[in-house]
Amino acid sequence: MAAAVPAAAALLLGCCGAALASGVQDQAEQFFRSGHTNNWAVLVCTSRFWFNYRHVANTLSVYRSVKRLGIPDSHIVLMLADDMACNPRNPKPATVFSHKNMELNVYGDDVEVDYRSYEVTVENFLRVLTGRIPPSTPRSKRLLSDDRSNILIYMTGHGGNGFLKFQDSEEITNVELADAFEQMWQKRRYNELLFIIDTCQGASMYERFYSPNIMALASSQVGEDSLSHQPDLGIGVHLMDRYTFYVLEFLEEVHPASQTNMNDLFQVCPKSLCVSTPGHRTDLFQRDPQNVLITDFFGSVRKVEITTETISLDPDLADFERKLPKDELATEPQKYAEQLPVAQIIHQKPKQKDWHPPGGFILGLWALIIMVFFKTYGIKHMKHIF
Amino acid sequence: QFQLAVPVAVVFSPGSVPGDLPRPLPFRDVQEMEIPVNLRTTVTTRYETIYRSTTAQEEAALEAATAREADAALHPLQDASLGSLTLYVVPETSSLLPQGISVYVGKHRSALVRAGGGLAALRARLQQLTQVMSFTVSSITAALSDRVPNGQLSPDARRHLKSSLGYEITFSLLNPDPKSHAVDWDIEDAVNRYVQPVLDKLSLVANFSVDSQILYYAVLGVTPRFDKESSSFLLSAHSLPHVINPVEARLGSSAASLYPVLNFLLYVPERSHSPLYIQDKDGAPASTNAFHSPRWGGIMVYNVEAPASPQASLPLHVEVDMVRVMEVFLAQLRLLFGLSREELPPEFLLESPGNEGLADWELDRLLWAHTVENIATVSTTLTSLAQLLDKIGNIVIKDDVASEVYRAVASAQSAVAELAVGHLHSAFQASKEAVTSSERAFFDPSLLHLLYFPDDQKFAIYIPLFLPMAVPILLSLAKIVRETRQRKKEPTKVD
Repeated sequence: MAAAVPAAAALLLGCCGAALASGVQDQAEQFFRSGHTNNWAVLVCTSRFWFNYRHVANTLSVYRSVKRLGIPDSHIVLMLADDMACNPRNPKPATVFSHKNMELNVYGDDVEVDYRSYEVTVENFLRVLTGRIPPSTPRSKRLLSDDRSNILIYMTGHGGNGFLKFQDSEEITNVELADAFEQMWQKRRYNELLFIIDTCQGASMYERFYSPNIMALASSQVGEDSLSHQPDLGIGVHLMDRYTFYVLEFLEEVHPASQTNMNDLFQVCPKSLCVSTPGHRTDLFQRDPQNVLITDFFGSVRKVEITTETISLDPDLADFERKLPKDELATEPQKYAEQLPVAQIIHQKPKQKDWHPPGGFILGLWALIIMVFFKTYGIKHMKHIF
Repeated sequence: QFQLAVPVAVVFSPGSVPGDLPRPLPFRDVQEMEIPVNLRTTVTTRYETIYRSTTAQEEAALEAATAREADAALHPLQDASLGSLTLYVVPETSSLLPQGISVYVGKHRSALVRAGGGLAALRARLQQLTQVMSFTVSSITAALSDRVPNGQLSPDARRHLKSSLGYEITFSLLNPDPKSHAVDWDIEDAVNRYVQPVLDKLSLVANFSVDSQILYYAVLGVTPRFDKESSSFLLSAHSLPHVINPVEARLGSSAASLYPVLNFLLYVPERSHSPLYIQDKDGAPASTNAFHSPRWGGIMVYNVEAPASPQASLPLHVEVDMVRVMEVFLAQLRLLFGLSREELPPEFLLESPGNEGLADWELDRLLWAHTVENIATVSTTLTSLAQLLDKIGNIVIKDDVASEVYRAVASAQSAVAELAVGHLHSAFQASKEAVTSSERAFFDPSLLHLLYFPDDQKFAIYIPLFLPMAVPILLSLAKIVRETRQRKKEPTKVD
């Protein structure tokens, strides 16, 4: 009696498993290899000022590749710290070029920047990653990934050993970044994550990662500087960084159906071209990089199944059921002003903050200073002062 | 630790009682089964079975001519609470079930089983049936997929829609060639007549909102091949994944709500590419001419008949047959939720759910899986929140965050308790509340760890400020102490 139960369960499992296995053929096997159903990209450029043109061009060229390979704008969070295309110093307005002689305008016609200018801060970046966003944030500024999302995170700017500079005024450390990724993993906000960083000493940023399923690439090792590629004499600044330039060249060859894998991406930009040594980290990643397609992260290849089941609908029955009257609630037309408590907000008096006498450290410090003062100079001298 | 209890009633009609019953009817029996998920989580399922014989009314109902009528007649006589099952055993020679069919599963929560082969065989069949109608090992492990060690689950076990508080359904009509086809679809009527009943049935699971749009000049990303033999255009199976992306950008799903969006697209091919058929892996055209993508939605290709006379004036007026379209879309909706009817053994006969879209027991399956998933999510969320607080000792928890956490814990505990008793409805509601509270607590914007400084940073900032100032103070203090001590030692000079 008791043996029949697990035997029956095993039988059921066995026949279900056999049905599934025979239904999946080689092509479909390939589709299901990575287990993700959607793709997201978070592309961050952290430097402002005109002479950091190359960082914006870096980010925009990755943006362009990612869009070309299929990830829609609704799944891309693009953060640019400064506006180069409409910068007053740009001799060719509304363009951002990546090659000299203005061959490739990576700004394009339909760029959608989600966080711009001063909105690109460490706080906003961490809020986007961890999801702790104020409820009023629009959907385009959120990273709505789930446990079946592959996320590409690309960061560029000025960095050092263990930090990346944001906007010339703050920095994000590798510890904070690793903690943010761990928060994402705890909440299962990603299936696999590819982190690419193009800054000086970029490899230090991925040293501290400890969450699973993260693959990281950096443009230079600790102690090395990432160099820029070529200046354009017409525009007057360096247009791109070397690493991203060669990555862009590599990605231009990739199309949505291509089978190039991560090992090819690791070979991009050897020391002879890049001067710095690009590094990568794959120990946290479950799959072999040989099996990871470029389009797993840069593109958005969906898994599809042919629909073989249908249900049968009876139109006459539907007609009959729908004849039941639906009573509509009469809603009063709302006037705009009444919905918002604007009057309350405008006429709000500032809250009276209660005054508390100073306590703790400050009190002790002041007591010490006053005591020493009086002891040193003596009370009897006070009458000369007052 | 989860305990899932399923109340099952096995009703024997006269002539079907097996000879080797352990006790006379009616009696209760409890079967337990353990499903180990990982080292720390196990799911225990209890099937609390009551074996009894039929009442007079049930016997009368079972006299009906077909199984469907019997099911309809038995429905009002059952215990209709969510999660419970009633299985009627009919004699081996009964004509209710057609030849070769040994189990008939009805639209509601009951099934008819053909007796035969003694108690052991009957029990095995009942076990299999109960699992189909409530949950199987694979459906529970799929619901708990983030706890299962990697590699044990097949990758396609995780492709069903995650449990969410609401879903947004968007129907889009893509017309790439408006010059040739003027397509009209009465979507509002179709939604009211066909989609709304299904969503009403699913309203227990989540909130649904529906919208629709028409997109012109929206082309697919791939060019179909022309096949001379059938003189039609074919889209092969391996080019289908690339179809969705160019269209997705235009769908406007980013303007929708924060709930997961399910897109259902109806594509009317251009005149130059008509008729267009989708080829499956074997090269045969798909019968439904539709495909779906897990967690995204579905696309159906609607071919327009070529006009009889070549001089027909363009654009052709096309009236879309919404019944055919909705049949496919609703089937895709079921598949996206994970309700598939294909994996059952052949001697099972399933009653079609009709316009409601899904049977009661399929709704139960969804609810079991979602409840388990919700409770697992709540415990993961709260655990990671606790770990975050451990790591950053000086985080300030606001009062409303604290109250959300308490509420989440209370709801989760009540959900687990209700599951152990078998009250699926209240367990599901409690688990939904628990998920809402825990998500609100975890994603509260004030918990950003950037806002809280570690102690070593505080020292690094204040020491250079206060140390130079403190040096003369401390030295003066030392001088004062020394003087006082000296004065005490010296005898005071008295003039």
